[in-house]
Amino acid sequence: MSVSTETPLQREEIRTIFEKGAPGRRAFVCPELDVPKVDGLLPDRFRRAQPPRLPEVSEPEIVRHYVRLSKRNFDLDSGFYPLGSCTMKHNPRLHERVTALPGHARLHPFQSPKRAQGALELMWNLERALAEISGLPHVSLQPSAGSHGELAGVLLARAYHEDRGQTRTKVLTPDTAHGTNPATVTMAGLEVVKVGTNPDGGVDLDDLRAKATEDVACLMLTNPNTLGVFDPNIREIADIVHGVGAVLYYDGANLNAIMGITRPGDMGFDIVHFNLHKSFTQPHGGGGPGSGPIAVSDRINPYLMNPRIVKREDGTFDLDEHGYEKSIGRLRGFQGNYGCFVRAYAYIRSLGAAGLRDASETAVLNANYLLARLGEVAEHLPLAFGRLCMHEFVLSGAPMKRELGIRTLDLAKRLLDHGHHPPTVYFPLLVDEALLIEPTETETKEALDAFADAVKAILEEAREDPEIARNAPYSTPVRRLDEAGAAKRPVIRQSLD
Amino acid sequence: MTRYTAVTDADREAMLAAIGVDSVEDLFAAIPADLRLQRPLDLPEGQPEQAVYAHLRELAERNVSAEDELTFLGGGMYDHYVPALIDMLTSRSEFLTPYTPYQPEVSQGGLQVMFEYQTAISELTALPVANASVYEGPSALASAGYLARLAQPAKRRFVISAGVHPHARETLRTYAHGFGAEVVEVPLRDGVTDPDAWAAAIEAGTGAVFVQNPNFYGAVEDVAALAAAGREAGAVVVASYDPITLGILVPPGECGVDVCVGEGQPLGNRLDFGGPSFGFFAATEAYLRRMPGRIAGETVDAEGRRGFVLTLQTREQHIRREKATSNICTAQALNALAGVVYLAWLGRRGIVELGELLLQRTHYAREALCAIDGVEPWHTQPVIREFAVTLPAPVEAVVERCAAEGVNPGLALPEENALLVAITEQRSRADIDRLADVLARALVREEVTA
Repeated sequence: MSVSTETPLQREEIRTIFEKGAPGRRAFVCPELDVPKVDGLLPDRFRRAQPPRLPEVSEPEIVRHYVRLSKRNFDLDSGFYPLGSCTMKHNPRLHERVTALPGHARLHPFQSPKRAQGALELMWNLERALAEISGLPHVSLQPSAGSHGELAGVLLARAYHEDRGQTRTKVLTPDTAHGTNPATVTMAGLEVVKVGTNPDGGVDLDDLRAKATEDVACLMLTNPNTLGVFDPNIREIADIVHGVGAVLYYDGANLNAIMGITRPGDMGFDIVHFNLHKSFTQPHGGGGPGSGPIAVSDRINPYLMNPRIVKREDGTFDLDEHGYEKSIGRLRGFQGNYGCFVRAYAYIRSLGAAGLRDASETAVLNANYLLARLGEVAEHLPLAFGRLCMHEFVLSGAPMKRELGIRTLDLAKRLLDHGHHPPTVYFPLLVDEALLIEPTETETKEALDAFADAVKAILEEAREDPEIARNAPYSTPVRRLDEAGAAKRPVIRQSLD
Repeated sequence: MTRYTAVTDADREAMLAAIGVDSVEDLFAAIPADLRLQRPLDLPEGQPEQAVYAHLRELAERNVSAEDELTFLGGGMYDHYVPALIDMLTSRSEFLTPYTPYQPEVSQGGLQVMFEYQTAISELTALPVANASVYEGPSALASAGYLARLAQPAKRRFVISAGVHPHARETLRTYAHGFGAEVVEVPLRDGVTDPDAWAAAIEAGTGAVFVQNPNFYGAVEDVAALAAAGREAGAVVVASYDPITLGILVPPGECGVDVCVGEGQPLGNRLDFGGPSFGFFAATEAYLRRMPGRIAGETVDAEGRRGFVLTLQTREQHIRREKATSNICTAQALNALAGVVYLAWLGRRGIVELGELLLQRTHYAREALCAIDGVEPWHTQPVIREFAVTLPAPVEAVVERCAAEGVNPGLALPEENALLVAITEQRSRADIDRLADVLARALVREEVTA
């Protein structure tokens, strides 16, 4: 007789909330009708014939269902999460507490500015802090995430040129860029022109010179880039781009490497977006919410989104809906993801200037230490570019695949069995079998050592028997999933028929 | 070392030795010296947790929230009750602190939540396809515009009803200027989209039409008729809905709507001064491969167990880059979780009961306010949860007088000199009577002053 080692929780039969419950069960008790009932208020032609088939479940059923589901997730609070480019740093619980205060959480976005002075002051202070950190004086907090901030940035660059009577149709993006960059350019009605990468991982200057023409609207650059490399030629890049009258856009996804050390504004950038959910530690929520404020130079300022927060001479704050006639307009409703502003502001107040600098220095130290530890297996997993890194680095799994017969995907899946979330894999695209590793500053040396040891153990195991990694993971709630089948015959909702 | 980092002096020494450099400074050697900031950032000094708490609480206390006054504010976000179980579930580390489920084997919880959420939105809207959320309402509508633009590249004219939320209209204009579409606005007549002007505005080159139900002024629109005019011209019909009304309103999928979007905040999300909430996005089958954002799909694992993955990713920016259907990456997963939990909490009967309660109380409130001398309905269309009335005195001054008595009577619409009044299940008959009383007295005083 064999003994199962599977726990019921991990391997229970999966049913959705729509397959649970029974007719008549409920969690919501509707307040009683306390006004005279009037018939015919909604004409029959507007009235729904059949109610939506929502679940019929009690409160205990809902709680148990979702708590059990939660246990089928890996999360940052439970383990190391070195997902490159996502800056999975610790989320202080203070932020959840202050965001939930009724004065923040139950403040209506249409409340009169006179009765929302605390919120507007908080947003003003956050704008000033982001301006200082970026070295660019004017800030809009409105965009909902990094890619939304990118859209704002490209539309601003476009508006700037249009205001000068110029039609510029091209946007330069390095081939190392996040996918959001080129997708944003198309959405803003412009054309992507790719710029190559030099052997050191920076922008290929000759290629840039050749492509920087008078019809270029802007260059979108991440520095340090997605290879974890700070481009030392940044001054020259800025000069080339400004030389043809184009605008410089800084993708702030990697700001966590440079806070208090160097500033995009000082490097010559005109526009930068922040990912508050990365550098300024918002819980990532399983895929949001995020927040993507932007900071801009004086020449871009007239086009910033409405509304703007203004500080009046008497020290009070107001929202100016239509103050800037050249504004590109709104990018969303209301003032942005205020709950994220509260958290980011609390973080900046907690750390202060010295703490933010320390965070970046430690992020870079941790990344370099993990890189050094993984240098012990460099024959299988070499660093793609350079010798040191900034806050993240890219290894190539190509030798590992060639010599040990396991792919980056296999290594990632086997890491799950060791209790670590894998790094970002197969990005950036120009590195074969890429692993993009970002440990962040909030990890201990012991956590970094444990991860490095796990990678070493997996490689040693693969030398003996590559099948183990190829079939991993084993200890997770499900084994490898058929993604191709899911895309081929999409089932994207529970059938209730 | 801050309270969120853990590198001791001894750690640092050992780490630097392993790296093979003498100092942390050396790690930044790639940054040209003249680009290094030679001074500390000009920010307030860091503070201990208790001091930051006190500061943030002090700021909170200088806001007048729905906790502090009797509020009838709406206009896109509403003070519905958020059940306690939502706070509990959304603050669980397992939902709160992971990121997008790139590793499905350890993200089954989040992926199943997305799948359930998609099912709930599909049921609400009676449309077969829903994504796992977008940012919020107005940008969801603009994203639907981008979908239409890509679906029919030759058609560059958009027609939008003036009943669509002003923020959504403005957001659509911003986006459309970028991707190249002209936006034409159709006025209202007696509170709803003027059907003649609507039909006249739609022509062969119209790529998409946009309507909101109930509209910004609370009126129920004849979406089926408006959609028919759009479909006849071959336009993508986009409708924005308030999800809380879909227990009693004919769903968009039965009205000829191609894409339904909306603001998800009423479904279990806090007001949060405007965000984060979520936007929902549902469509007919024809647009499945043109959807923006993440979509969870059902599949099986290597041992045949049921499981979920992110699917149809070839639409997305990280695969398709400049040819992607959208640039969205991070969306609003945690807020969508609150949304689906809220819908399970309301349940099949609850969403109808809640809709019926709002319908009756809103009617009662409109009657009560219109019984005041000089207060007139701005329109007489059916309303479900919100309505507009015109006032005999300047609306902004009247709002201030009411606020001084602890009642926020609604959103001032200065152009129409109207007040937009929203009802939720948290506003009882007694609350509505108090509003009528305070408003009546404010009007008397304001008229006397004038």
